[in-house]
Amino acid sequence: MRVDRKIRVVIAKPGLDGHDRGAKVIARALRDAGMEVIYTGLRQTPEQIATASLQEDADVIGLSILSGAHNHIVPRLMELLRQNGLDDVLVLIGGIIPDVDIPKLKAIGVKGIFLPGTGMQEIVDFINLHVRARV
Amino acid sequence: MADADRERWRRETLEPALKKAPERASTFTTISGRPVDRLYSAENVEGLDYDRDLADPGAFPYTRGIHRSGYRGKLWTMRQFAGFGTPQDTNARYKALLEAGGTGLSVAFDLPTLMGRDPDHELSRGEVGKCGVSVASLADMEALFDGISLGDITTSMTINSPAAMIFAMYLVVAERQGADWETLSGTIQNDILKEFIAQKEYIFPPRPSMRIITDIFAFSLASVPRWNPISVSGYHIREAGATALQELAFTLRDGIEYVDWGVKAGLDVDSFVPRMSFFFNAHSDFFEEIAKYRAARRIWAREMRDRFGARSERSWKLRFHSQTAGVSLTAQQPYNNVVRTALQALSAVLGGTNSLHTNSLDEALALPTEQAATLALRTQQIIAHESGIAEAIDPFGGSFYVETLTNQMEEGARAYFAQIDRMGGMVEAIERGFPQKEIADSSYRFQQALERKEKVVVGVNDFIGTGEPTFETLYLDESASETQIGALERLRKTRDAGEVARALDRLRAAANSVDNVMPPILDAVRAYATVGEMCDALREVWGEYEEVPAI
Repeated sequence: MRVDRKIRVVIAKPGLDGHDRGAKVIARALRDAGMEVIYTGLRQTPEQIATASLQEDADVIGLSILSGAHNHIVPRLMELLRQNGLDDVLVLIGGIIPDVDIPKLKAIGVKGIFLPGTGMQEIVDFINLHVRARV
Repeated sequence: MADADRERWRRETLEPALKKAPERASTFTTISGRPVDRLYSAENVEGLDYDRDLADPGAFPYTRGIHRSGYRGKLWTMRQFAGFGTPQDTNARYKALLEAGGTGLSVAFDLPTLMGRDPDHELSRGEVGKCGVSVASLADMEALFDGISLGDITTSMTINSPAAMIFAMYLVVAERQGADWETLSGTIQNDILKEFIAQKEYIFPPRPSMRIITDIFAFSLASVPRWNPISVSGYHIREAGATALQELAFTLRDGIEYVDWGVKAGLDVDSFVPRMSFFFNAHSDFFEEIAKYRAARRIWAREMRDRFGARSERSWKLRFHSQTAGVSLTAQQPYNNVVRTALQALSAVLGGTNSLHTNSLDEALALPTEQAATLALRTQQIIAHESGIAEAIDPFGGSFYVETLTNQMEEGARAYFAQIDRMGGMVEAIERGFPQKEIADSSYRFQQALERKEKVVVGVNDFIGTGEPTFETLYLDESASETQIGALERLRKTRDAGEVARALDRLRAAANSVDNVMPPILDAVRAYATVGEMCDALREVWGEYEEVPAI
């Protein structure tokens, strides 16, 4: 059954890095595409992101990571999502992720990894395709 | 050409040609979205007065350069930014860069160091040694410059919130090598305003952050007179999505803000302004960039003379480093990045840069390999020694197009200055989120232009290839983190804990008073207090800044 509500997306920037251009651009693009976007701001711990996702009833979590800290941050977040019963939230990463790390992240449940140069429309389409299956 | 002649040319020559073959687009714009006319000619620069607006190189307002002989006397400094892993890893890279003919060092620190956190802090997990070198204490700084004589090289250090601590560590290493502080030369970035505006590596709120900077100004003036205690940076503002004009305007207005705070702290304008330096981006729109650098020199000279009454020529001369645009590099078809970087470097040289970093072709993917970093340096050497570009000074001076753009840059920057002045200054503008919002809007507009293919990035939204070449990149695992945490544990056991505690108490006391924070920081560094411990002492006094997230 299709629920007629906006797709809710939490955009988060975990880790110590402050380069938020990508996070802000994608947040605006998703909002312009009709989604409800919650931007958490900088330096969010996995715990804060999981809490925000629960409170905001997120359909999607978009993580912006450029610093190389994904191998620490993402497994911890996925574990917290499981503990909070949020396994069905679509988790996406945008940023700089070395090729060798991609299969490891997919194996723990990350559904989409978008590398530099990805168009906004591609991400919008991906979310629409995968979240509609859920709601 | 008279108006009537131009009109006849338009009617009889241009229009028939356009009918046969229309132009590629109805409007043309720079990468910043600024409209570009079909043709620039004498009419565009009618009001330009050579002596007043350009002048010969080395003469006010320095539009054509600050050096009388341009690059004929001395080429720009080829300064390649590098840092990763442990201090030992980076030390080896520095030795390789110096061996390859690099003429200065430039230190990239990792995120924990930049954010004033020790490697064993919870928030440092996964970040140690990843985006730069990990430096937690004097012991790390000693290892970083092991075998490199600090009296003989110049070093630039990209450090902002903990700039005072890192500067102090460098000074103590030099002291222990036997180098006199008076002879040391180099730069600390120490530009907190652009952190609030763009890069967001802030720790303390704006006002105490500005106070540390004026303390550093006063200290370095008295004790390390050849040191540049600030590099006012537009680089990060541009990377965050600003246009060329916004980069120029916000950076120079930041510079004005520092001068203002320095003067209010009791410093004579002509004592510290000559040691201020700048740092700009070298982006892809060739002419717009050249105009930006030329306008920067002219605006700064005029502002220092007219706004602050500076009388020393050295205060009027804007010196700047530049770096090619990291944001323009693509993960797709990475070899194209060599070409992009070469063109960007060319614009910086034609704009009269005093020092230059060229990015490596693999930097959209990872930190550069040694091979890629060497190629980037070679790019500069080819421009310097093969292209002939460095032989004549300001070769675009007098170009109708470049002079028009230079004028437009100055006018646009002055309009932003007026707006920011009305808000009460840059600190107030930042507190209102003004530059942040301007930049976010520009970056979104550019992204939309890419989506609509109004702007083309080769290999990304057009000319997309099939089958990317396999490509070796630098992969940094967690081993640097383990090494650094282990070293820190040993350090904490062997140093004199009482001395560290007393030094940190003196630092807190200075922060609570109006005393300069540099002397107690130097004492704490000598006692092997860590960056995290020193920053924590100041966090206790001043608190931490948190921005209100806005999209």
